[in-house]
Amino acid sequence: MDLLIKNGRLIDPGQKIDDTLDILVQNGLIKEIGKGLAAPAGAETVDASGTYVVPGLIDMHVHLRDPGLEYKEDIVSGTKAAVAGGFTSICCMPNTKPVIDNKTVASYIINKAKAEGSCNVFPVGSITYGLSGDRMSEMGELKESGCVAVSDDGKPVNNSELMMRALQYAAGIGIMVISHAEEIELVGEGVMNEGFTSTELGLKGIPRVAEDIATSRETLLAEYTGAPIHIAHVSTKGSVRIIREAKGRGVRVTCETAPHYFTLTDDAVRGYNTNAKMNPPLREADDVASIKEGLKDGTIDAIATDHAPHHLDEKDVEFNVAMNGIIGLETSLSLSLGLVEEGVLTLNQLIEKMSSNPSNILGLNRGSLKVGAVADITLIDPKFEWIVEADKLSSKSKNSPWLGQKLKGGAAATIVGGKLVYKR
Amino acid sequence: MVAEQTVLMDGEGIKRALTRIAHEILERNKGVTDIVLIGIRSGGVFLADGIAQQIGVIEGGTVPVGAVDITLYRDDCSGQLPHHPVGKTEIPFSLEAKKVILVDDVLYTGRTIRAAMDALMDFGRPQSIQLAVLIDRGHRELPIRADFVGRNVPTSLKENVQVVFDGINQPIEVVLEK
Amino acid sequence: MAEFKHKHIIALRDLSKEDIELLISTAENMREINGRDIKKVPTLRGKTIINLFYEASTRTRTSFEIAGKRLSADTVNITTASSSTTKGETLADTALNLLAMKPDIIVMRHSVSGAHYFLADKINCSIINAGDGAHEHPSQGLLDMLTMKDRFGRLDGLKVAIVGDITHSRVARSNIQGLTKLGSKVFLAGPPTMMPPGVEKLGDVTVCTTMNEALQDADVVMMLRIQQERQGKALMPNAREYSRYFGLNPANIKLARPNAMVMHPGPINRGVEMSSSMVDCDQSWILKQVENGVAVRMAMLYHVCGGELE
Repeated sequence: MDLLIKNGRLIDPGQKIDDTLDILVQNGLIKEIGKGLAAPAGAETVDASGTYVVPGLIDMHVHLRDPGLEYKEDIVSGTKAAVAGGFTSICCMPNTKPVIDNKTVASYIINKAKAEGSCNVFPVGSITYGLSGDRMSEMGELKESGCVAVSDDGKPVNNSELMMRALQYAAGIGIMVISHAEEIELVGEGVMNEGFTSTELGLKGIPRVAEDIATSRETLLAEYTGAPIHIAHVSTKGSVRIIREAKGRGVRVTCETAPHYFTLTDDAVRGYNTNAKMNPPLREADDVASIKEGLKDGTIDAIATDHAPHHLDEKDVEFNVAMNGIIGLETSLSLSLGLVEEGVLTLNQLIEKMSSNPSNILGLNRGSLKVGAVADITLIDPKFEWIVEADKLSSKSKNSPWLGQKLKGGAAATIVGGKLVYKR
Repeated sequence: MVAEQTVLMDGEGIKRALTRIAHEILERNKGVTDIVLIGIRSGGVFLADGIAQQIGVIEGGTVPVGAVDITLYRDDCSGQLPHHPVGKTEIPFSLEAKKVILVDDVLYTGRTIRAAMDALMDFGRPQSIQLAVLIDRGHRELPIRADFVGRNVPTSLKENVQVVFDGINQPIEVVLEK
Repeated sequence: MAEFKHKHIIALRDLSKEDIELLISTAENMREINGRDIKKVPTLRGKTIINLFYEASTRTRTSFEIAGKRLSADTVNITTASSSTTKGETLADTALNLLAMKPDIIVMRHSVSGAHYFLADKINCSIINAGDGAHEHPSQGLLDMLTMKDRFGRLDGLKVAIVGDITHSRVARSNIQGLTKLGSKVFLAGPPTMMPPGVEKLGDVTVCTTMNEALQDADVVMMLRIQQERQGKALMPNAREYSRYFGLNPANIKLARPNAMVMHPGPINRGVEMSSSMVDCDQSWILKQVENGVAVRMAMLYHVCGGELE
């Protein structure tokens, strides 16, 4: 089915387009962009007036939990949540059971996503076998199987030599290394950010320097080896500064942050709220300010969700026992649009950080509305208000700190490969 | 809303009543031997002091005076209301084989007296317990009567009788609030 | 008339100055019961109290048990050794099972900070915190305050020095929360490795660089227990070195006011946080603390058993 999307405000930072334009999709590809396009016979027309028509959003950091932990999420529910949140492509992290450290698992994910999923799924393989941290995975095979990056996300690669070799080896193969930057000894048994709130609540803190030290190590390793590195979920003022300085020296470092790091502080933990427990933990007001500054000046390249579904039984427990992480696919766009409203980012910058930048970092060949490109398109309605309700979320898990809260803006429609897969 | 108030007794009247009660206690018990006074917090304690003073004037010497707080013996502890603040019980002497004169300001349902008697029993086995009250307003809900009464005041359930004390805990008047 | 409107007592942080004053006053007035021949009042007759202890404790559990019994409640003790947690049952499931037995109050000690709030969301009986992780230990805070009030007749304006591992101390947190609400000035001392960030923002709290600074003119000196297992774990070299800089002894106590109170929540490591002579000296109020523990816990049980009336 062909699609004609009419009267939307078309924004494509890559082509420097920001205008009211129509867009014609044929055979899953973008056929034409222009004013007053006529619908060919048999084409469906979508009235996009009042919405932004942008390159399909990409979330480069998602935990789909499939295979092995399907009680939390699976490829079907996870991709449904993704398209409801406006995402046309997601990258899924390797901490599944079994781990994505071989072709079989990678192929399973790719095939299942193609057969049953709602959007593109790009697996991320592990840096080390079984996320053990002691032996490099077969990155070549992983790349050939369709993995777009390698990461031990969830834990750092503690051994600096192994990390350095992994960066060198991956650069040779041409696959990006995504680092979960934390110094594990300093994290210890910490369960939230170390600061006044942890003092008052009597919870063991994780000092910010645990992340800063690791971020610093990663940038130095990248600088020394000349290999590129991507830092996941940046949460501290120090990390932003370290990455900014590294970029200034020409180090090939990119990074992402997540919506909770620019909207929430560790105050959200008060009441021992396990839906505010994640790793890295929610930080303090000056960190939030630095994250926004980093987004604004381009230090932070991408916004990813770190979508981490957990079953109620894993969150509805004592704080120390609760698992780390929150879901994010369905709230990310609304929260990120807040950055535009606040004046932190222009709309164009936001689209870059949620689409073209992640595509460029991982070489996904998406994030563009060029004629001939794959027709992954998101229609954003910036105005509508909605309340985050557990039973209306597509994700199997409901571990969101925004439950019951009113958010503004979101996906009006999501088109993947020319197919309308979601409409509000 | 200001309740309508009638003064039933003034300070002088109260003093005369306490003096009479003191005489009656002595007469009934044939002197002060083994007598102790226990006032119920808070009004009863002040009145017990007044009666003890009068007994001292009449017979000479001092009568031991104690105070009992009945809060922990109330029969409405399992109710839906917050628990009352607990006052201090001060009985620094044994009640074993004593003639205890329990003193309260207003006798009403009798529940306070029941609680106070239970409390006293936890301090030993007195020879007897007698009850002295300044006002008996009727409406008993338990089989309890006073041995010594300052004044009987027929009341309706809607009314309230209160003994008013001044800053140094001297009774100044008894008022009936409608 | 002062009313206690809380169903649970989980943290002194949640209570107002008036709530704390009421609890202390009730404890003061209940203390007389403990001196009677018949040490029992019928107040909580027919009430069932479960002491659910996920951490070993002799003194606190016994004290709560005696408090419940003196108020005529039926008390049952469950400690980890005999509970189902070793069989992998969750706290919520354990609590729901206990709830099916219709207790009126659960007194719980748990190693996870905030576990009581989690429980309070799940069940409808009253919950009293007998210590949660490094968060609070409200009955200890209250009994410490009652003991100080016994000595000085007031808490307002007192200078209280608390010395030791503040980071891991729920006793310190409850005392800081309670004392600062009632107008005392708290001075903290301990190795920087045991001083949690931002603690000075909890109220009228001063963090001292040396123990001597905290002791200077103190009305009360409260020494905290040093957990032996923290030795060598980057928090301090060993007990010997700790004692040298943060132990109370006959020499440094002279910096405090003459006849200042010496307190310790127990159990004491003699020769570590304080010298043996300080434990047994005339200035020591340690046993009075224990004695006051029963009255304070009676007051807590009594007030949570009343209706809520919010």
